[in-house]
Amino acid sequence: MKSKLENNAVLELLNGKFGENIKSSEQPFDLLTVEVTSESAHEVVSWLKSEPSLAISFLTNLGAVHYPDNQGREIAVVYHLHSLINNFRIRLKAYLPIENPEIKSITDIYIAANWMERETYDFYGVQFAGHPNLKRILNEDSMDYFPMRKEYHMEDATREDKDDRFFGR
Amino acid sequence: MSQIDQHTGKESSGIVARDTIDGEIATLNLGPTHPATHGIFQNVLQVDGEKILSSEQTVGYIHRAFEKLAERRPYNQITPITDRLNYCSSPINNMGWEMTVEKLIGAEIPKRVDYMRVIIMELARIADHLVCNSVVGVDTGALTGFTYVFQEREKIYELFEEVCGSRLTTNIGRIGGFERDFSDEFYKKLDNFLKTFPKVFNEFDSLLSRNRIFMDRTIGAGPISAERALEYSFTGPNLRAAGVDYDVRVMNPYSSYEDFDFIVPVGTQGDTYDRFQVRQEEIRQSLLIIEQALKNMPEGSYKADVPDFYLPPKEDVYNNMEALIYHFKIVMGETPIPVGEVYHSVEGGNGELGFYLISDGGRSPYRLQFRRPCFIYYQAYPEMITGSNISDAVLTMSSMNVIAGELDA
Repeated sequence: MKSKLENNAVLELLNGKFGENIKSSEQPFDLLTVEVTSESAHEVVSWLKSEPSLAISFLTNLGAVHYPDNQGREIAVVYHLHSLINNFRIRLKAYLPIENPEIKSITDIYIAANWMERETYDFYGVQFAGHPNLKRILNEDSMDYFPMRKEYHMEDATREDKDDRFFGR
Repeated sequence: MSQIDQHTGKESSGIVARDTIDGEIATLNLGPTHPATHGIFQNVLQVDGEKILSSEQTVGYIHRAFEKLAERRPYNQITPITDRLNYCSSPINNMGWEMTVEKLIGAEIPKRVDYMRVIIMELARIADHLVCNSVVGVDTGALTGFTYVFQEREKIYELFEEVCGSRLTTNIGRIGGFERDFSDEFYKKLDNFLKTFPKVFNEFDSLLSRNRIFMDRTIGAGPISAERALEYSFTGPNLRAAGVDYDVRVMNPYSSYEDFDFIVPVGTQGDTYDRFQVRQEEIRQSLLIIEQALKNMPEGSYKADVPDFYLPPKEDVYNNMEALIYHFKIVMGETPIPVGEVYHSVEGGNGELGFYLISDGGRSPYRLQFRRPCFIYYQAYPEMITGSNISDAVLTMSSMNVIAGELDA
């Protein structure tokens, strides 16, 4: 089924509505990817849902990515949204500083975001402000670090009995 | 009545129970290891007699850090991880992942591979739905149908075995296609399956579909409306049972699904009976898809021309320098991967199974996130069972097809 919306048309609408808050955009594999400021992410998600001409009202996925080398914007929170009516997908990104990775929760827009945000908090330590029950979900409660961050390697870094250099690791 | 609950650590709701003599609310642990949960997850129920007042879930008992593991493994070694998501339909997960990588590297896949994949994926869907539906039967007390269809499921596993050598966690296919073409034995077994299965399946269907006891038990058990299901990001048969005809195979066709003629069944009530019926009809549609794929199977190769990713034949590895180099590079994970960001989704047994992959050009993904449909729709479980009986809660869970492997990643 072909999408009823054009990437560029949606981008134009977003630019017109949010202006400064739309920082950049790209279209990898034809999926519109828009970077928004972390302050406006909640508002953009909410607007996409309520705007009748777009009807992007299905939360497909929510997660985070850690870029340790990105000074001041180490954590990216990534939203995948889908309009089932127009068959249009969009990806939103908001970058947060690692010292204070806080962003407004979208649980008030999508109930499904509840566990997705808990998982993102669990693995990346993103603080979702306004989340009703922000605690660990898959890991043990007493864990005191966020394991998906890049500084935690797969194996114990202190181990000396294994040398994987020649295997490209 | 207000007191601290020993399990949840919360103050109990203070509601006076009406259905018990002493007016007390009981706390009941359903799981983590309970035969009726079909997997390891815990539900702490507050019950008033037989009626559920609230429920709190604990998940993560079999969390195996797949996303972290994936950040260290070369691309071809991630396929076995995907096996262990929804292990009732591993081939769909495997091929979903392979197609994601193919999308990233821009491989051109021969039509024949697409059709072969469709056959395998639809067989997997049948196996998945058979388990789910027969277990719904078991939970209503009807064990017979379960034993009938599990023999047929066994035949599907024999077909997988014929193609890739494994049965449950299949690791089937490769990036770029299949290890080998389907054998004559495979076609023979598949023909045999297509002949015998509909009879057995219809018998199974006649045992339950219009069975008065089964209908009384399942109609109205664990319902969810289309609006709520969408709010909860339901996908797959559970969403369709609520009346929304979203199917990834139709909306965003992959693997040449646009060539096939099939209908997307929908329910109206979103209850256990509708979920059961939607899965039953999907099994029938899957059979039709397989028949179409067999009939229209295109000529061509069973693999794409991607020597950087597709292991060369063994005799070439021993006798041909170039093949040896490719073999070494693939096994060691030294193949050049383009930088990019891709989201690809397939219609898994439970719904939209998505792969969000970020590649920085390294030997492993920079980030790989699985969109696991189970994890997302299981959130709605407390809402669906509140106010119902414990026996309905068990039925609701089995009809939602919550698979612990997919839930916990």
